[in-house]
Parts: sequence; structure tokens; C-alpha cells
Amino acid sequence: MYRFRHHRPATVDEAARIFSDCEDPAYLGGGMTLIPTMKQRLAAPTDLIDLGRVDGLSGIRVSGEEIRIGAFTRHADVAASREVIHAIPALASLARQIGDMQVRNRGTIGGSVANSDPAADYPAAVVALGATVHTNRRRIAGDDFFKDLFETALEPGEIITAIDFPIPARAAYRKFPQPASRYAIVGVMVAELGGKARVGVTGAGPCAFRATALEEALNRGFDAAHLEGVEIPDAGFNTDMHASAEYRAHLVGVMAGQALAAL
Amino acid sequence: MQITLSVNGRSHTLDVPENTLLVDIIRERLRLTGTHVGCDTSQCGACTVHMDGRAVKSCTVLAGQADGASITTIEGIGTVDALHPMQAAFRECHALQCGFCTPGMIMTAIDLVENTSQLDGSTVREGLKGNLCRCTGYHNIVKAVLSAADKA
Ligand SMILES: Cc1cc2nc3c(=O)[nH]c(=O)nc-3n(C[C@H](O)[C@H](O)[C@H](O)COP(=O)(O)OP(=O)(O)OC[C@H]3O[C@@H](n4cnc5c(N)ncnc54)[C@H](O)[C@@H]3O)c2cc1C
Ligand code: FES
Ligand code: FES
Repeated sequence: MYRFRHHRPATVDEAARIFSDCEDPAYLGGGMTLIPTMKQRLAAPTDLIDLGRVDGLSGIRVSGEEIRIGAFTRHADVAASREVIHAIPALASLARQIGDMQVRNRGTIGGSVANSDPAADYPAAVVALGATVHTNRRRIAGDDFFKDLFETALEPGEIITAIDFPIPARAAYRKFPQPASRYAIVGVMVAELGGKARVGVTGAGPCAFRATALEEALNRGFDAAHLEGVEIPDAGFNTDMHASAEYRAHLVGVMAGQALAAL
Repeated sequence: MQITLSVNGRSHTLDVPENTLLVDIIRERLRLTGTHVGCDTSQCGACTVHMDGRAVKSCTVLAGQADGASITTIEGIGTVDALHPMQAAFRECHALQCGFCTPGMIMTAIDLVENTSQLDGSTVREGLKGNLCRCTGYHNIVKAVLSAADKA
């Protein structure tokens, strides 16, 4: 790795201030994406601003109709949280399916969401549950958060502080993992929220999105029969050595069907 | 940067460059070479140690992140005369061949057994997803972990 400076601020404001003073800074969450990327020299920030010692960034709180998860909360803690398992079991199960145990022991929800990896799991839940992303500057609706491959609505220097997930009547997440990395070739969360269906998809396109065709079908009838024959257009879908765009489009329907069956 | 960390119960204060990885501190500075490096992509798990009681890939932890942490490596869990029950189970079940993956496997397996209430073949395989073995085909590793879990 290239040389860099490692800053360890104690508050969000201090972290943001350091960011604005540095040449090419990057926030450091659990480091499970950033450190491997730096080892491969795909990124070479001059300054890492570690969020690990910032007060109040981790923890899980249920309040009435929502669960708030602090940005620095690790995947393993979401997976094991009694509150999450009780209120949104699909979210705990999603967290349990991320990578492997060691990755879950370090990786954070804020880092995962900020990164907008096309194959990351959490983004499916952020869009499916209509979550709200809190930053040090504003709140961003989950529907408006993911913009493109590794691109989000975050501005330079903006820090995710927490994510609020509305508690759905029911929800389920199913993914077709890439067997070596465990990332999603396609992952789908189906939820029923406020009497309406919401379907969040990851892995298929450049970033997570809602499958409106499937939502409309489920709003006509919340069962497998209504999913049958629904066309998933594969325009703009990812094609790589693991799966073609066409195959991914097919998997969206299959994973949605499996999630529906698990509701 | 100056960091202080405890490794296998002994406290160390070290001056290291900021781009030093925890695994390099363990291997190069403290000469605890039981922890291995098998990849450059955070995938193989050969470098797994416990950091504040949890299995982590020490090749993907920076010195500054480990500052203040309590680390346990494979050298810290048992001795040649008094193996840790997981080490004994690996020996008993012939769960290693070349042994390169073994320290990481054992550190992950200990976390798994300590933090999972009900283990069976599929949960053990799931739990060991982050550890690659190129020799054994995993079968005897799973057997060893289940046998150690039974005795725990
Ligand atoms: C072997 C392996 C397998 C994996 N498998 C999966 C998988 O199956 N599914 C999956 O979803 N992920 C997977 N991951 C990725 C993992 O979940 C990461 O933890 C996650 O993508 C990034 O979180 P982090 O906390 O480690 O962030 P970092 O790596 O520290 O940061 C990632 C990016 O987010 C930025 N960032 C971090 N925190 C914040 C914040 N609070 N506000 C603003 N920006 C921030 C950083 O600047 C950086 O650009 C895997 C990783 C590995 C190494
Ligand atoms: S050396 Fe391969 S995961 Fe750390
Ligand atoms: S025993 Fe050789 S890699 Fe596992």
C-alpha cells in the first residue's frame, strides 16, 4: 500500500473538518472494501479518516415504527440483534448472508451503503423498505440514494450517520450468491409496507433499484400467481463472467418468487 | 504512529508506519509466524486472529485500527503439551494436510463454536466460508469442528 495518514477523530464534526483540510481523503468504515481496494492500488487516498472512534455512530434502536441503525454498526451485530430479528427478521437474515463471518465482524452498514457496490446486499433493503439515510448534513430518501455503479447521492465529505428502516408488515430477502465471493449475483427483497408491495433488487443493475413491474403485479394480488409472466427488462443490466444480463433478469423473477414464498 | 496493543496477554507499544497491517505487526514485529498470509484480496482467511474476542482477517486491519485492541493468535490458545480442544480435534480428525490454512481455520472455528448455540454440518460450512483450504476438501475440518463443539 502507498503511504497515507490515518486520522482518528472523536466526533462527526471533527471528521468532516479533517476531510475538508486534506488533499485526497477517504472515510474509513470497517475497511473491508477500502483496504483490499488500496492493496490492489485501485485507490490511493492520501488520508484515511477513521470513523471507528467517533462517538455515537454505532448501535441499534427501535422506536415505534422504525429501526435506526448507526452507520458504524457492524454486519455481525445487525445479524445477531434481538431487536432486528424481532422487528425485521429479513434484515437480520440479509446481514447474516453478507460475505463471511470475519467480514461481518468488521464491515459496517454505513460503509456498505456508501460504497454502492452493484452486488452489495444492504442496498436491496434500503430501497425495498424505503429507508432514510441520515448524514451529517441532511436526510436522503432510500429511493433517491443509489445513483449508479459505486455512485450515491452523497456529496464529497458527507458522512452517513445512521439509517432508519421502517418496520414492514412482512419482508423476505433471497439472494443468488456468487459462490466464491458470496456477493449477490442477484438479490431481491420483497416487502409489504403500508398495504403496498415494495421490491428492492441488487446485483442485477449498476446499483440497487425497485422493480416496479413486480410491485405493480403484487399490488394486484400478493401471491406467486401474480408474478407469473411479468417481464423484467434487462436493458442496462450487468453482464460479466458469472452471469449475462438476460440471466440476471431471469434471476430477479426467480429470487422474487422465492422471497414471496418465504414471507 | 505509536500504538499499544495486547497480543496473547502481553502488552506491546510499537512505533509503526501508518500503512502497516495487523498481520505484519504480528508476523514481522512480534515474530509470531503461526498467523499466515495466503492472499491479497481478503478472501482466504489464513490470517484470521481474534480481535477483542472476534475472528477477523488481520490482513485487512490497519495498525491504527488495532490500537488499544486485545489480540489472540494461534500461539495464544494452547501449547504443544496442552493443545486447545479445537487443536486437539483437528489432530484427532486429521483435519489438516499441508497445514497452511489451519491456524486461520482454528481461530475462526473457535469463534464459531463460542458464538453459535446449535451447530451442524451446514452451519459449520457456513461459518467457515471465509477460510479456504486447498488440500483437505473440508470434510474432516467440518468433522473436527463438530467434534470440538460437542465437547465444549
Ligand atoms: C471477502 C469479502 C466478501 C464480501 N462479501 C460481501 C457480500 O456478500 N455482500 C456485501 O454486501 N458485501 C460484501 N463484502 C463487502 C463488505 O460488506 C464491506 O464491509 C462493505 O462493503 C463496506 O463496509 P466497510 O465498513 O468495510 O467500509 P470501508 O471499506 O471502510 O469503506 C467503503 C467505502 O465507504 C466509505 N464510507 C465508509 N463509511 C462511511 C460513512 N459512514 N459515511 C460515508 N462514507 C463512508 C469509505 O470512504 C469507502 O469509500 C465483502 C467483502 C469481502 C472482503
Ligand atoms: S491473507 Fe487471505 S484473507 Fe488475509
Ligand atoms: S491443509 Fe493445506 S490448505 Fe488446508
